[in-house]
Amino acid sequence: MSDSLTTIEDLAARIPDGAKLALAPDYSGCSMATIRALIARGVRDLHVVGVPSVGFQGDMLIGAGCVATLETAAVTLDEYGPAPRFTAAIKAGNLRIIDGTCPAIHSGLQAAEKGIPFMPVRGIVGSDLLTHRDDWTTGTDPFGEEDGPIVMVKAIRPDFTLIHAPLADRHGNAWIGVRREMMLMAHASRETLVTADEIYDGDLLADEKLAPGTIPGLYVSAVAEAKNGAWPVGLFGRYGGDDAHLRDYLERARTEEGFASYLDEFVHAPHAHKAAE
Amino acid sequence: MSQSFLPEELLIITVAEMLSGLRHVAVGAQSPIPGTAALLARAQSGGTLRVSMLGSETNSPFTDGGRELFDCAAQGRIDAFFLGGGQIDGQANINLVGIGDYPDTKVRFPGSFGSAYLYFLVPRVILFREEHTARVLVPKVDFISAPGVSEENTYRTGGPHALVTGRCVFDFDDAAKRFKLKSVHPGHTAEEVREHTGFDYDTPDHVPETPAPDAQTLTLLRGEVADAVTERYPSFAAKVFGAANAA
Repeated sequence: MSDSLTTIEDLAARIPDGAKLALAPDYSGCSMATIRALIARGVRDLHVVGVPSVGFQGDMLIGAGCVATLETAAVTLDEYGPAPRFTAAIKAGNLRIIDGTCPAIHSGLQAAEKGIPFMPVRGIVGSDLLTHRDDWTTGTDPFGEEDGPIVMVKAIRPDFTLIHAPLADRHGNAWIGVRREMMLMAHASRETLVTADEIYDGDLLADEKLAPGTIPGLYVSAVAEAKNGAWPVGLFGRYGGDDAHLRDYLERARTEEGFASYLDEFVHAPHAHKAAE
Repeated sequence: MSQSFLPEELLIITVAEMLSGLRHVAVGAQSPIPGTAALLARAQSGGTLRVSMLGSETNSPFTDGGRELFDCAAQGRIDAFFLGGGQIDGQANINLVGIGDYPDTKVRFPGSFGSAYLYFLVPRVILFREEHTARVLVPKVDFISAPGVSEENTYRTGGPHALVTGRCVFDFDDAAKRFKLKSVHPGHTAEEVREHTGFDYDTPDHVPETPAPDAQTLTLLRGEVADAVTERYPSFAAKVFGAANAA
């Protein structure tokens, strides 16, 4: 990455229609600020990969018509119950769903991380998931130590990973602490785009306490500052979710009209997607 | 003299008993009652039981991201886990995907999470579903997220141990590949369980009542354990223990 920061709008502009986009679950690092900017710019036909599941990011993108394909182990809003726009899109047949299971998604990304075409994974044999996946198959242990079937999943190579981190610096390094699914995502993806709550003044890799939890700038294409950029979901170690706002979202997102009113207020109104700041 | 308790408290205490003597229990997504049960079992164990709760900041030991739980399970480092199901059938198959002809499901559930893997690798998987109706407990699930039993040559070190519902506890009989009614909760009957269960299962001649919680356990649950679960499941903790503590 070049030594400069960019804007949230620029991050959104870098993700083209049809991109394969890896996103983290709500308890990890969600760049909701960029999700709003993506919806505002009207991105279409995304192939979203939940690593290993998606929450509000997925529900909003799906509701706004931005997603053609969703590859995930689950869509979950945790204590807030079923994801309303996801559920509606499945019912309407508007979304191609590629159902997976958490460790198979991690393993597919690990294969991409290592530059190999597939990865064996335990379990799954006898699950109907397997019968609906043309990118999963079964084989046997080539060394003959086990005689039963073992599932193999194809590498998952996202075009982009989009995450929100507590800290990033001007060298493109992003500190994610123990939330290392984001490290895996960055390693496996062609490009990683980062928003950060705070820009660290210096080099995160130069601090031996921070470096092990830092995604090196080697993997990161661009960083934008986004204070409270995970809002209205929380950010580990910093802030919790905005409960009242999320409840309001759920209430509105029960209907298409209600969801449209939510987007009008928090995404499409001038500067609305910067509401958190 | 038994104290009054909420149905959720009975379920928590019943599940916690199944965790007694274990080393390491993991708790997945959307599992407030099993999660609370694990924290209760930890408190009762004097701290020897390790609890790893997905999505928790204070009760997760993992430092290698989402994959670590699964790697841990494959190595045999996790003794118990919890799974639910939009549908569960008599062979302990679970469906977390949807009802109807996949992928055109009439009713869509959240998805399979880690079930298709952990069900194979965690020795004591406790199935938990509060709603006990013929709609949930079906003869055959519409979609197998994770199978209850496998062919003999399939690598499998784990599987179903029990099914806990709002009405009763079933044990899973590995040899018969069927559930067997173990106990019915206070206020419920074996006949009622039969009426609301869509799959066939075995029933002993005498069906005991699920033991009611004692005062000491309720105190522990409503104090230290309620505080601990609030970090991960604030709404649930407020609903159950807010109410229980006010009662």
